[in-house]
Amino acid sequence: MSSLHLEYEVEGNNFVSAGQATEKVKFCLKGMGINPADIRRIAIAMYEAEINMVIHANGGKALVDIFVDKIVVKLVDTGPGIADIDKAMTPGFSTATDSIRDLGFGAGMGLHNMKKYTDEMYVESTVGVGTTITLVVNFS
Amino acid sequence: MSDLKKQHTVTLDMDKCIGCFSCVKRCPTEAIRVKDGKASVIYDKCIGCGECVRICQSNAKIPSYDKWEVMAPYKYKVALVPPSFYGQFNNVKDVNTILTALKNIGFDYVFEVGIGAELVSQATQRLLLKGKLPKPIISTACPAVLELINERFENLKPNILQLLAPVDVAAKLAREKVIRRGVNPSDIGVFFISPCPAKVYALKANKSVKEKYVDGAISVSEVYKKLLPELSNIEDSNNLSEMGILGLQWASSGGEAAAANCEKYLAADGIENVISILEALENGGLQDVEFIELNACTSGCVGGVLNVENPFVARARLRQLRRKFPQVGVMLSDVDKPLDWFFMEKDIENDHQTFSADRNEAFTKLLEIQHLLDDLPQIDCGACGAPSCRALCEDYVMGRISTINCPVKDRKDTK
Repeated sequence: MSSLHLEYEVEGNNFVSAGQATEKVKFCLKGMGINPADIRRIAIAMYEAEINMVIHANGGKALVDIFVDKIVVKLVDTGPGIADIDKAMTPGFSTATDSIRDLGFGAGMGLHNMKKYTDEMYVESTVGVGTTITLVVNFS
Repeated sequence: MSDLKKQHTVTLDMDKCIGCFSCVKRCPTEAIRVKDGKASVIYDKCIGCGECVRICQSNAKIPSYDKWEVMAPYKYKVALVPPSFYGQFNNVKDVNTILTALKNIGFDYVFEVGIGAELVSQATQRLLLKGKLPKPIISTACPAVLELINERFENLKPNILQLLAPVDVAAKLAREKVIRRGVNPSDIGVFFISPCPAKVYALKANKSVKEKYVDGAISVSEVYKKLLPELSNIEDSNNLSEMGILGLQWASSGGEAAAANCEKYLAADGIENVISILEALENGGLQDVEFIELNACTSGCVGGVLNVENPFVARARLRQLRRKFPQVGVMLSDVDKPLDWFFMEKDIENDHQTFSADRNEAFTKLLEIQHLLDDLPQIDCGACGAPSCRALCEDYVMGRISTINCPVKDRKDTK
């Protein structure tokens, strides 16, 4: 099945540019006439993931594949990795520093929300190597 | 829809347009192209914000409004005066002077849109207290923002406050009042003194009302020209102003939110700022905000392109006028209307732009756009007449142009 493949660099510690990849993806999906609720689901999850890479992993890459019936977003970083994925999925759990929290981020809902808003979500992570998060939203 | 937009948003003076790219680049919805050396608008994409009018150095962009003569057929003329209008005049000690002067230049009755604003604010307060509004609620007084949400942020439509804009409320009330005075309904003409083309278009298109309450929208500048000589002649003014600070503050950004009496509010003005707030909302952000006021123009309605005065000057004048006004002029109980009288009378139409109504076809077009884009320099220079390389590809795929001419790529290819 053919897909539209897009790749974006997400810069580390750049909160201003975080979310740019999400905006570009939203633009494509709106043009396709995708159900607004589905666009919102992937937008929320993808934005969370982008912000996570900015905060925790000094940036990374967003690899997007848009199909006619679904979207698959892979967020790949070479950051510190997640030691305990189950714990990281717990609402409210966060390792963000106080200075990050002061910016209004780091509420500990990131991974939880990604799971909540997507149809499929996978976390692969190795401490010291990096994390890859895969988000899938099927279009209604 | 497009025809109405063409007539009532912005048109081009072909002789004055020099084919520069200022408006193309400035347009927040990428609605303008330069074709054969002249700017042209894709009206399906236009939200009537007036940014192109503001940026055009050649004064070639003509914002739409009705001329003075539009009032001629009506025996009894009603002026709807927005609060921002009061900020246009220097050395006015009392707004009653302005209202009296309006009667002297041909209006039979004047009604402050600020009264409509006060009532909308009080209705909003009640709805907020009931706790049944979605969070955050997006206020609707700026028709350009409404149009923008309609075209690009369909997701946020459920968050729109379903109350009428102050001008609609004012028009309904003014008409009723005049009829109660015994004026024959067919003689009445209601005219809004509009600070922006977006409001002109919204009134012409009957965006949120079933029947037409306003018969014309004349620009602030048109009325200003006629009013200015008259103002100096006024010695005794009649006590015509009824509104309070609650309504007055709607003229500038933040006032509407303050009037809603909601602590957790956010007010953004300027179209780029509005867009970034809407994007954040769509991505699940701003969860701790309850009320969002958005104005396409910098500083709010005082920043509308049909005004004559600099928005910051107008805002400063309004601040000085404040102490002459009561806190609230007209209470909800004074008008004796049920809450649903203030609600929009019809659903906002869906103007959402897609590549095709058919999903498969839209997807194919998206692939084609991306494929064409990969072949372009992607520096978004505007030399082709489109605001970005992507917009150029989209124009081609959507059949708006027959070939892709990229001057930059052509130059590189020949080198």
